[in-house]
Amino acid sequence: MNTKRRTFLKSTAAVGAVGVAVSAGLLTPRAVFAAWPKAAFEATSLDSAITAAHGGSAAASGDIKLKAPDIAENGAVVPITVTSKIAGTESISILVSNNPTPLTGTFNLGSNTEGFVSSRVKMSKTSDVVVVVKAGGKLYSAKKEVKVTIGGCGG
Amino acid sequence: MAKSIKVRAKVKGGVTVVKTLISHPMETGLRKNKKTGQKIPAEFIQEVTCEHNGNNVLSALWGTAISKNPYLSFKFKGAKSGDTLKVSWVDNKGKSDSVEAKIK
Repeated sequence: MNTKRRTFLKSTAAVGAVGVAVSAGLLTPRAVFAAWPKAAFEATSLDSAITAAHGGSAAASGDIKLKAPDIAENGAVVPITVTSKIAGTESISILVSNNPTPLTGTFNLGSNTEGFVSSRVKMSKTSDVVVVVKAGGKLYSAKKEVKVTIGGCGG
Repeated sequence: MAKSIKVRAKVKGGVTVVKTLISHPMETGLRKNKKTGQKIPAEFIQEVTCEHNGNNVLSALWGTAISKNPYLSFKFKGAKSGDTLKVSWVDNKGKSDSVEAKIK
C-alpha cells in the first residue's frame, strides 16, 4: 500500500514537472508532441499565423497556382487546389484570412513529391484564401478571394 | 476506427497521383449543440503521413479548418505499380488509424 502510494506520488510529480516546463516555454510543443505547431494553429491573425508557422513573412509569387471557387455555396466544404512551380518546394500551407484561426493546414512534402496539394477547407465567411509555399528557405505566397454564401463554422 | 481511410493511388507517366478520403468528424470546438447550448469539444486530425517504401512522401499538419471527412490529393515521383503506400493519421484525442494500399 505504502509503496504504491510512493510510486503514484513520483509519477504525478514527474508529469507535473513536464507540464510546468511546457507552460513555462522551456520545451516547445514541437519537441513534446510530434511536430504539431500549436501556436501557429491558434494564431488569430493571418500574419501571426504565417510567422508562427514559418518564422517570417511571404513574398507574392506568380509561380503558385491557387485553384478555388469564386463563390462557395457551402463554406464547410471549399475545395482548394495548389500547384507550385517553384523548384524545391518544401511545404505548402493553406490559410483563410477571415477564419477564427487562419491556418488550416501545412503540407510538408517529401523530396520526390511534386508541388501539388488538393484538399477541402472550412470558411466561416467571405475571405481571401492565402497559400504560403516554402522553397529553399524562402516564403512565397498567392491569394484568391472566395465568396461564401453559407458559413462553415456553425454557431 | 478501422477502415476510416480510403486510398487511390495510380501511376501515370512516372508520377503517382494519390487521392485519399478519411472519415472523421473534424469538430472545431466552436460549434454548439443546439439542444443543450454546450460547445461540442474539438476533435480533429492533427497529422497525416503518407509513406512510400518507408520514405515519407507527405506529412500534413492540420488544424480545425480542414473540412469534415477530409479529402487530400497529392502527386509524387519514383513509385512503381504494385508498390505499397501507407497512409496514417493521428487526431487531437490520440486516436489514429493507418492503411496500406497498393499503387495501381
